[in-house]
Amino acid sequence: MLASQIGYYSLILGLFFSFLIIPISVRNLNDNKIIDIKIFYLSFLQLVLVFISIGGLIISFTNSDFSNETVYNNSHTTKPLFYKISGTWGNHEGSLLLWLMILTLFIFLFLIKSKNQPKKYRILTLLFQQIIITGFFLFVLITSNPFNYLFPIPKEGLGLNPILQDPALAIHPPILYLGYVGTSIIFSGSLAAVVNNYISREWAKHIKSWILASWIFLTIGIMLGSIWAYYELGWGGFWFWDPVENISLMPWLCLTALLHCILVLEKKGALISWTVILSITTFTLSMCGTFLVRSGILNSVHTFANDPSRGIFILIFLFILIIMSLVIFFIFNKNEESKKIYFFSKEISILINNWFIMYFLSVVLIGTVYPIFLEVLTNEKISIGPPFYNKLITPFLIIFLIFMSIGPNLHWVKSKAIKIKLQLIILFIISLLISFLILKSVGSKNLVNTLLISASFYLFIITIKDFFVKKSFNYSQKLSHFGFSLLILSILLNSIFSSEIITNLKIGENFTFKNEVIHFDSIEKEKKENYESIIGNFRIEDFKKNSIQLKPELRIYNQPVTLTSEADIKISIFYDKFLVMNLVKGNEYFNVRYQVKPFMIWIWLSVLLIAIGGILSLYKKKNEK
Amino acid sequence: MKNKTLLILILLFFTFCFIVFFKGLKNSNIYIPETAQNKDLEVFSSKDLFTGTQVPFDQIFINSDFYILNIWASWCLPCRNEHDLLMQLSKNKSIKLIGLNYKDKSKNAKKFIEELGNPYSIIITDKDGIISIRLGAYGIPETYIIDKNKKIIKRIIGPLNKKLLKEVDLIVR
Repeated sequence: MLASQIGYYSLILGLFFSFLIIPISVRNLNDNKIIDIKIFYLSFLQLVLVFISIGGLIISFTNSDFSNETVYNNSHTTKPLFYKISGTWGNHEGSLLLWLMILTLFIFLFLIKSKNQPKKYRILTLLFQQIIITGFFLFVLITSNPFNYLFPIPKEGLGLNPILQDPALAIHPPILYLGYVGTSIIFSGSLAAVVNNYISREWAKHIKSWILASWIFLTIGIMLGSIWAYYELGWGGFWFWDPVENISLMPWLCLTALLHCILVLEKKGALISWTVILSITTFTLSMCGTFLVRSGILNSVHTFANDPSRGIFILIFLFILIIMSLVIFFIFNKNEESKKIYFFSKEISILINNWFIMYFLSVVLIGTVYPIFLEVLTNEKISIGPPFYNKLITPFLIIFLIFMSIGPNLHWVKSKAIKIKLQLIILFIISLLISFLILKSVGSKNLVNTLLISASFYLFIITIKDFFVKKSFNYSQKLSHFGFSLLILSILLNSIFSSEIITNLKIGENFTFKNEVIHFDSIEKEKKENYESIIGNFRIEDFKKNSIQLKPELRIYNQPVTLTSEADIKISIFYDKFLVMNLVKGNEYFNVRYQVKPFMIWIWLSVLLIAIGGILSLYKKKNEK
Repeated sequence: MKNKTLLILILLFFTFCFIVFFKGLKNSNIYIPETAQNKDLEVFSSKDLFTGTQVPFDQIFINSDFYILNIWASWCLPCRNEHDLLMQLSKNKSIKLIGLNYKDKSKNAKKFIEELGNPYSIIITDKDGIISIRLGAYGIPETYIIDKNKKIIKRIIGPLNKKLLKEVDLIVR
């Protein structure tokens, strides 16, 4: 109870600090050569206050203090400590507090990391960031206070949804948020740079680390979410084009475009306006994502039901930010783009890359918001599924991949003659052949698939070739591009070669599937801290008598009473064996679903490679200094 | 000058988006369960799971005093659990049981029915989930009791159980 009180008051005090910082920075903007030291102290204190506030909430959670409404709604005394803590951000109120913490953390880091930048630019960035921070403080305090007091104090909490009690999901929100909120610094920074007329190569160099950092966190965050969906939801898939997933993908796409675009700005001083537009869009998309997820406006049966008044608050705040940034952009942006751009140059290939990413982005955006527009305008309800995305994205992905293989081999400014290298063509023919053979072996004759596989093989081969042949090159970029080709390849092969069987078995029975036999040997019962579990012992035997054990689990959680089924997955280099069982009521039979999913692990590994590419690039930048 | 018109156009566009989202927020309440009770059923039509032919609304709801519309899918675990109860319910001749197969592969759905038996007098498909959204469904399984005037008289969120089944019997009697 005390912890909760302290948390609440430090939150209010935190807001008060914003009101102090803003006027001091405005005064400091013109009168001095150096930043007023007070600003540092105040920012630091604000950060500390938000930390105390989130700490208060965590302590309320670990002590199971049910006088706090958030704790009451999302926790239970029998929950393991780890999930009590992760429950802090597993709900709306707490996750917003986390969001606020990252906002204040980032602006403080920005202040201490940007010592070499012009003073005016730093203060303006702080000001823009403070506007966002104030907005979020108000949002938390007015519409979603995590410290609401409950009286009489309930004896027991309602518990955390069991499917959220999972290690991957416990760290997924903080990492994803680091990525999401990291874009706020890019937003404030670029607005400040526009006002200050400071968009230059130096600025690009400085903001690039922030872009890289948010991009890395966003990549890993999305991956964790996807891993969770794969083994916890038990559907055997990893991406469902669900609106909630799309929302995390959109800022990622935009950030990826920005990451490429900032290179052109850094090296050549071109694409100035475009960079600013992308910076603004990225953060707007993150905010828009928060709005869509938190307001319950999405036309999906799976969104979290929510309070519309929250939606209205974020909506108004979102549009204030959009209008503010647009007005600033149009008034202050006077950069004339006069640099000549040659057709066969790196700049053009990056620009083309940007167009493609923008296309993918608009497909995802339209797919996500179109149902809302349609419902409001015509009262018609529709839901958009995977076929829409697959049809619109795949054909363009082919061309995108080919550009991605050739682009990095071009030079900055101008590649004089178009030397169409024989090597590049031969490699393309080889990849075409390989993919044709692969598809022939399954008996599929899909033209789009053939081309898509060849295009990703092409990128795959070319990046590998560059690793060995070229002497001086860009490790990080190659690694990320290699990871991307691997990602597309594994997704494709996974979808082509996956096989599954659903059947009912009782103990002692077996079932033959392709060239494997599934034996159902026995079941065990166990009692754990907050659930009871039924574990099935399955043995999969192939015709060479090699066998593996799979132990899927059924969990009966006590609070709230929920039945979940935990798949057992045997991961190997080439395929995952995925087995999940369900209860058939009033029957000794269990429903068994067995899937063989090739190259699953490569999907995660390739995303990791992409992220590692980013980390390397960040590291390299540090060493350059 | 050119910049100004562009700015105004963009601002107009965003204002439009704002209005749409704002209205959308007001709309989003329709998924709250209570409002769906005692409400006329919206007219819809869909394909039959087995024959693949389009079945109009009037032919789905025909020749019975009470209809029970059950939303299910082969991938849904609780649906499997409630299936026995549906089989029991199907013995009651005064009810017509309608299955709405939600976001499912027809191959898996058919297998599910083969395995566990078919309690429904007709199964229609809801491949993209639109009908369920229109009905205001939260998730699956979900069951609606509808009278002969095509009014929803009761709605059951989540799997059926024995107690709920008794309630259903009382209503139908």
